[in-house]
Amino acid sequence: MIDLVTAGIAALILALAIWTVAARDTLAAVIGFVTFGLMLTLAWVRLVGVDVALTEAAIGGGLTGALMIGAASRLRPLETAAEAERPRGMVRLLAAVMAAGVSIALIICVLALPNPAPTLAPDTAANMNATGVLNPITAVLLAFRAMDTLLEAIVLVFALIGVWSLAPDRAWGGRPGLRQHADPNGILAYIARVLPPIGIIVGTYIFWIGADLPGGKFQGATIVAAMWLLVIMAGLADAPPISRTWLRVGLVAGPLVFIAIGAYGAVAAEAFLAYPAGFAKPLIIVIELALMPTLALILGLLVIGAPLRAEKS
Amino acid sequence: MNIVDLFSMAAITAGAIFFLAGTVGLLRFPDTFTRLHALTKADNLGLGLVVLGLLPQVRSVLAGLTLVCVWLLVLLGSAGTSQLIARAARERDLDS
Repeated sequence: MIDLVTAGIAALILALAIWTVAARDTLAAVIGFVTFGLMLTLAWVRLVGVDVALTEAAIGGGLTGALMIGAASRLRPLETAAEAERPRGMVRLLAAVMAAGVSIALIICVLALPNPAPTLAPDTAANMNATGVLNPITAVLLAFRAMDTLLEAIVLVFALIGVWSLAPDRAWGGRPGLRQHADPNGILAYIARVLPPIGIIVGTYIFWIGADLPGGKFQGATIVAAMWLLVIMAGLADAPPISRTWLRVGLVAGPLVFIAIGAYGAVAAEAFLAYPAGFAKPLIIVIELALMPTLALILGLLVIGAPLRAEKS
Repeated sequence: MNIVDLFSMAAITAGAIFFLAGTVGLLRFPDTFTRLHALTKADNLGLGLVVLGLLPQVRSVLAGLTLVCVWLLVLLGSAGTSQLIARAARERDLDS
């Protein structure tokens, strides 16, 4: 018998997915999507995938939600115009047929999976001792599949370059986003003073505990980035101009350290990104320490957006 | 079942009732301010009661403190955001 809470979560996820697709108003769809992310987090907790749940809450719901709310408010003036040129019946029918086709193909693929599904979990468990970390997710992300994590970090740098490339010419090298004019004695400034010390501790804790328990640099960096954004939105500090050297060094430092340690592995161990025996844990910690500030910077700057103001303003 | 479990059940049930009341208020109250009032007041109290009911069930003092901290953070967050939403709603009303 399926228990009621699981069934309820599954039903809510389906309903929110339909709402997100069907909502006419962009902002309403975005709010549906963020709530969808939160329900997905609960589903991952039910599946005992706490690492994935943390990532879903921080990045899937939180950070992506913030990006989409920004996009929705930018699109707001164009919404009526976009509504007026809705696609005609034939196009919509074709889109529905294609979407249904993809869904059916996915359903067939999932049903065709062998039972029990093929798994590398026993191999991971058998070889985890060599890495020195106790959280199998961290062992996979930073030892067995370190290449994926490296490429992930580099992709984020490219994404930020993509966002920055939307800057108008006169603002290039200037400060990203709009100047925030919040009341310095208002409630937002109050929260932006009280919350960051707590958030930075929680973010650092989640980052540090990732070696042995669910957590890690991505989730921790998202929380730290959120605290930074809060301070900027409350007008307590301004976003740095993107031409600053320290900023650019910070943006590439994490991946560069990762690549350097990987190259060291090619010399000292037998392959690129291999760790010499006995040094796996310290090297993993160095990589994580280098990636954490880079990720926090990138994630924060992605939400702030393209430079819009020349530095002098 | 002992007296501690009974206390937990009573407190958590009361908390759930407050959540239900807050949601009914959100759906039925006429304007933004009263809806915010229903949501923040009732839900914060409901969460407080749920935490109170869970406290006797935790294994360590640290876990109990964590639960209380979660409640305090939710209080701070919802008090702050409800003020911001109310302010935005008032500015919109003044503009129109």
